[in-house]
Amino acid sequence: MNNNHEKNKIIISGLSFFYGAKQALRNINLDIKENEVTALIGPSGCGKTTFLRCLNRMHDLYPESRYEGEIVLDGKNILEKDIDLIKLRSKVGMVFQKPTPFPMSVFDNIAFGLKLNGIKNRAELSARVEKALRDSALWDEIKDRLNESALSLSGGQQQRLCIARAVAVEPEVILMDEPCSALDPMATAKIEDLMTDLKKSYTVVIVTHNMQQAARVSEYTDFFMMGETLEFDRTQKIFTAPSNKMTENYITGRFG
Amino acid sequence: MNSDNKKCNFHYSARRAVNFAALGASLLSALFGIFFLFWILKDVVVSGFPAINAAFFTELPSPPGVEGGGLANALLGTLMITVIATVIGVPSGILAGTYLSEYGRKSRFAFAVRFLSDILVSAPSIVVGVFVYAILVKPFKGFSAIAGAVSLAIIMLPVVVRTAEEMLKLVPDSTREAALALGAPHWKVTVHIVYRGALRGIITGVMLAVARVSGETAPLLFTSFNNSFWNFKLTEPTATLTVSIFNYAMGPYEDWHQKAWGAALLITVLVLSITIISRLIVRGRTQQ
Amino acid sequence: MTREAFHKALTDVENDLMQMASLVSVALNDAMAALAKRDVAASQRVVRNDIHINRKRFAIEEKCIQLIATQQPMAVDLRILTAIINIITDLERIGDHAEGIAKISISIGDAPLVKPLIDLPVMAAKGDSMLKRCMAAFIERDAETARSICNEDDEVDALYDAIYNELVLMMVDDPKIIKDATYLIWAAHNLERTADRVTNIAERVVYMVTGKMEEMNVSKY
Repeated sequence: MNNNHEKNKIIISGLSFFYGAKQALRNINLDIKENEVTALIGPSGCGKTTFLRCLNRMHDLYPESRYEGEIVLDGKNILEKDIDLIKLRSKVGMVFQKPTPFPMSVFDNIAFGLKLNGIKNRAELSARVEKALRDSALWDEIKDRLNESALSLSGGQQQRLCIARAVAVEPEVILMDEPCSALDPMATAKIEDLMTDLKKSYTVVIVTHNMQQAARVSEYTDFFMMGETLEFDRTQKIFTAPSNKMTENYITGRFG
Repeated sequence: MNSDNKKCNFHYSARRAVNFAALGASLLSALFGIFFLFWILKDVVVSGFPAINAAFFTELPSPPGVEGGGLANALLGTLMITVIATVIGVPSGILAGTYLSEYGRKSRFAFAVRFLSDILVSAPSIVVGVFVYAILVKPFKGFSAIAGAVSLAIIMLPVVVRTAEEMLKLVPDSTREAALALGAPHWKVTVHIVYRGALRGIITGVMLAVARVSGETAPLLFTSFNNSFWNFKLTEPTATLTVSIFNYAMGPYEDWHQKAWGAALLITVLVLSITIISRLIVRGRTQQ
Repeated sequence: MTREAFHKALTDVENDLMQMASLVSVALNDAMAALAKRDVAASQRVVRNDIHINRKRFAIEEKCIQLIATQQPMAVDLRILTAIINIITDLERIGDHAEGIAKISISIGDAPLVKPLIDLPVMAAKGDSMLKRCMAAFIERDAETARSICNEDDEVDALYDAIYNELVLMMVDDPKIIKDATYLIWAAHNLERTADRVTNIAERVVYMVTGKMEEMNVSKY
């Protein structure tokens, strides 16, 4: 059952993270496999979102944050001081809990990231926007509404637009922070299908407090507790026969 | 069971009575406010309308005691001074608001700026007029349009700063993070994303500020003063509608009173149309 | 259409189930052929091959459990998975009946049969046909066919009665053949049980299609 040819995309070793004096993550060691979906689950406040935001150094916006340890992406430690955050973030895209459409047209939402990467040619922009929307299973729904405000889309469409926007700049890793928590079941199902498609080209890391979602979409699951990773294994294993008693108690609803 | 029912009915009717009373009170308060607004508007329209004619817009004021003439120079002066005040006050106000919302946030300096702005908002406009008199009129030995514009800009500034800041803050942080997560530099996020999201609010705030200062009289008395003739130089005393209203309303002639009503109507219509036009512009943009 | 990955996985499990059913069918036919031909080596092959059926059963069961654990199947999807879990148990047991017939053949060894095989192959063919049509009904989601298959169990029971009575009479006539005749009664019993198992499978097919638990044809034995 184990595929040995799977490559590690991100190797996290000894990662700790602090907000000021408060330690949010403790000595995390984890390998994120290339072209697979890795889900992070655990009770609220266990540090899964904090961990996710380490992977594109989103915490750097807030001056009192501090990292320890290593996050090695393709052989390079992204926690080093001299890392170019703009480059890092165009390589590691992110989708947030609530849809975050920019206050502009659907087209411009996607073109924004492309223009950042220096694509100015109108024809190329159009082609890339279309591709991103097709890849996000949104093209057929909104191809006639490209010039409408992105805010006029439904919640599920907005979230897929955000995924399209992240995908358009062709990152290598896509981080998703509870991407379906604000969506209804049908929209959720669409995004879950999309994740399965996305892993063909991208490495996906998803935080979810919906265990069933982690079970449905991921190949690997990491169970977080109190800022530590308690169990990391193939998803099938975690959800049928976890080796840690705490994990079993959590996923069977015996605590948390 | 029966007594329970009665109790319930009693509670229900009590609740209905309270609800009715609260609704009535708020309705009355609203009517009270609107009543005076409409009374003022009615007076301005009824008394001002007869004064409006072609000469009012095209001719200079006639000498005291002589009937006829217009307030063309004051109209021009008001437009000129308001535009210059806007050009000075709005960009600096928006930039300061941007600093407070996007960069300063929790810094001590930002806190001080916010505090001072709040004080300045409530500062009486006549104090601002006297201040500009002291720094621009006295040293340069003369009233001037530019001094008037500066005093209006100072009055506008804190309003624009605070509304700009508030409007920018209304843009969710998650939107900023989303743009940053795409690899956008901070300044591009501010210019392309945050400004766009706050556009409607900022324009409304700016229009509010413009509307507020275009009705100001006190600071202009000390700065741009008045002029009975055409003036196109920024360094000369300049007539404005508000100062004209002040002068004419105080004056002894019935014709002047008429003119003052006319000017009052004009300025009301001006402010109203600025507001309506800005709303239309903003609405058109967001629906795009 | 959503949940494409899950539905594809579900189709895969159904294909696995059909493969298992054909393994079982082959085992049954091979066991009967070896018994008829008195081919002990072929019977031994049938016994050895039963392990593949058992392995297939565990593999399918594990897949079903994983799908239930990770995909939260609902409604018809859930019924398909529970039906499959039940069906593989019955298929595995039919495999054991085939193995049982093969073991009987080995036990009889080189000795000639006490009587030529006439009704036994008919029973076997009937059971195999019921199994094949039942699995087709599974794929076609055809509750009607599944129900009608259950009624055919009576024919198999009747054949079993006939064989039983015939062999008992033979044993009364000639007590020397009691041992070998009993072997044949066991073989017939295995075939009778096979048809009962198919009835169980048919019940699962009906449940899968209609969502109703129905007991179809209560065997006399």
